[in-house]
Amino acid sequence: MGIDYIIATIIKIVIVMLVFSALAGFGTYFERKILAFMQRRLGPMSVGPYGILQIMADGIKLFTKEDIIPTSVVGKIFKIAPIITASTAFMAAATIPFWPDFTIFGYRVQPIITDSSVGLLYVIGVMAVGLFGVLLGGMASSNKYSLISAARSSAVFLSYEVITGLALLAPIMLVGSLSLVNFNAYQVGGISNWLVWKQPIAFILFWIAAFAETGRTPFHLIANDHEIIDGFGTEYSGMRWGLFFIGEYANMFFISFVIVLVFMGGFGDGSVLSALAFLGKVAFFFFFFLWTRAAWPDVRPDQLMWLCWKVLMPLAVINIVITGFVVMF
Amino acid sequence: MSIEQFKNRNISDDYYLVDIDDYPTTNLGKFTRVIKRTFKAELLVGLWVVMREMLKFNIHTVQYPKEKLPIGPRYRAVHEMKRLWESGTERCIGCGLCEKICISDCIRIDTRIDEESRKEVSEYSINLGRCIFCGYCAEVCPELAITHGGRYENASEQRAHFIMYDDMLTPMDMLKAGAQKEFEGFGAITPHEDESVKKTPLSY
Repeated sequence: MGIDYIIATIIKIVIVMLVFSALAGFGTYFERKILAFMQRRLGPMSVGPYGILQIMADGIKLFTKEDIIPTSVVGKIFKIAPIITASTAFMAAATIPFWPDFTIFGYRVQPIITDSSVGLLYVIGVMAVGLFGVLLGGMASSNKYSLISAARSSAVFLSYEVITGLALLAPIMLVGSLSLVNFNAYQVGGISNWLVWKQPIAFILFWIAAFAETGRTPFHLIANDHEIIDGFGTEYSGMRWGLFFIGEYANMFFISFVIVLVFMGGFGDGSVLSALAFLGKVAFFFFFFLWTRAAWPDVRPDQLMWLCWKVLMPLAVINIVITGFVVMF
Repeated sequence: MSIEQFKNRNISDDYYLVDIDDYPTTNLGKFTRVIKRTFKAELLVGLWVVMREMLKFNIHTVQYPKEKLPIGPRYRAVHEMKRLWESGTERCIGCGLCEKICISDCIRIDTRIDEESRKEVSEYSINLGRCIFCGYCAEVCPELAITHGGRYENASEQRAHFIMYDDMLTPMDMLKAGAQKEFEGFGAITPHEDESVKKTPLSY
C-alpha cells in the first residue's frame, strides 16, 4: 500500500462527499419541482431562473440560522444525533462503485473508495446504524412527538432490516460474493443477464424495503408531518436539522445505486455508454422516490408491520428456499 | 334553456354506483382479497394519474406579485374619491352623510364657508385601520363621490398612511386621460358573468 494509494483514496472520499452533499441539495430542488408539476403547481420560481438558485437560498438560511439547543433536551446526545445520520449515510458510499474503471494521466482509477469483500453487507450494516441518529435524536429531544417518531423508526428499521437482508440473500447466493463489483461483473452482457429476471421477487422486496429504510412516502410515518409534526426533527433547527436532511437524501441516492448495481446490471461492461445508462437507471430510481410521494398515501404503522412480517418476510424466505434448491440442483 | 335541462341535476350522465364487496369474514376470504388487491395494480393507476398531469403540464399557479387575478366590480377595497369629468373639481359636496352612516366611525369630515360663500370640504379622512369596508358610505353618497376601488394590497409601514386623502383622490392626469372609472352602483354584475353560470350539482 503506497502513498499514492492513500492520496487517491483521500481524493475519492472528498469527491464523493462533495458530489453527494451537492446532490442532496439538488435532490430537494428536484423533489419540490417534480412534486409541484405533478400537482399542477410551479414549485420554487423566484430565486434564479426557474428557481434553480433556491438551493443556495436554503443553504444560506440553514448555515446562518441560530443553532438552538432547547433547555430540557439531553444536550450531548441531541447534538451528536444528526451527525450520526449524515455520517452513516456517507459512510455507506465507501463500497459502492460509482463509475467503471478509467485511466487518467496514465493512472488507473477505480471509482470506488474500497472494493471490500464484504461490500454489500457493509452498505446494509452502515445504513442500519443510521437508525441511531433518528432514535437518539428523537429520544433526547424531550418532545412526545419526537419520542413517538423514535419508537416508530426503531420498529420500522429493525423490521425492514430483516426484509433487506433476506431479499439480498438470494442474489448473494447466485453471485457467490458480497462485493458490488462482482455483482456488476456477474451481470455483464446485456439486459437479459440482469439479476432482476432471475430474482424478481427479491428485487420487489428490496425495493419496498428501500422505501422503509429511507423513510420515503408510502412508509413516511417516521416524520409524518400531519400527525407527529416533523417527528425526530421537531426540536432541531438550522444546520443540525439540515444534516438530517442531507443524510436522508444521500441515503436515497446510495440505495438507488445499490438497487441498480445488484439487480439492474450496474454499469455493465464498463463502456461510457453503459456507464451513462447506469446513471440513468439510478436517476430513475431516485425519481421513483419522488413519484410515489406525489401519488400514494401513507400507510399506518400497524399496516406497515403487517406488510413486513406477514407478507414480505414469508415471501423472502420462500424465495431463498427456492433459490437454494435451484442453486443446488 | 328548457325546463328539462334544469330538472336533470346530474353534472354528467355517466354516473354509476361503485360495486363494493362485503367485508370478508373467513380467513380464506381475507387471503383472497389480499391476493386480488396485490395483483390488481391499483397503485400503478395512482402513479399514472400524477405522471399524466406532469406530462400535460397544465399549471394553475398564479405567480401572485407578478400576476394578479381580475377582481369583480362589486369588490369593496380601498375607497376612491372621484372628480367631476368636466371641471376636474372634487365631487364631494361636504354633506356629511358618509360620516353619519359609517358604522365603525372611521370617516371624519370638516367643512367651512369659503370666500365665495360656498361650502368647501376642508378636511376629509378615512381611517382604513378601523374601516370594515361595509360599503355604506359609497351607497349613501348622493354625488357618487366616494366609491370603492379594487386596490386590496394594504400593507404599509405606518398607520398614518391609511388615511391619506390624496391617495384616494383621482389624480388629475388620470382624469384627463379619461381613466377615471365610474362606479356602476351596487348590484353591478361582473362582466361576462353569464358565461360562468353553471348548474348546481344536487344529485348527491
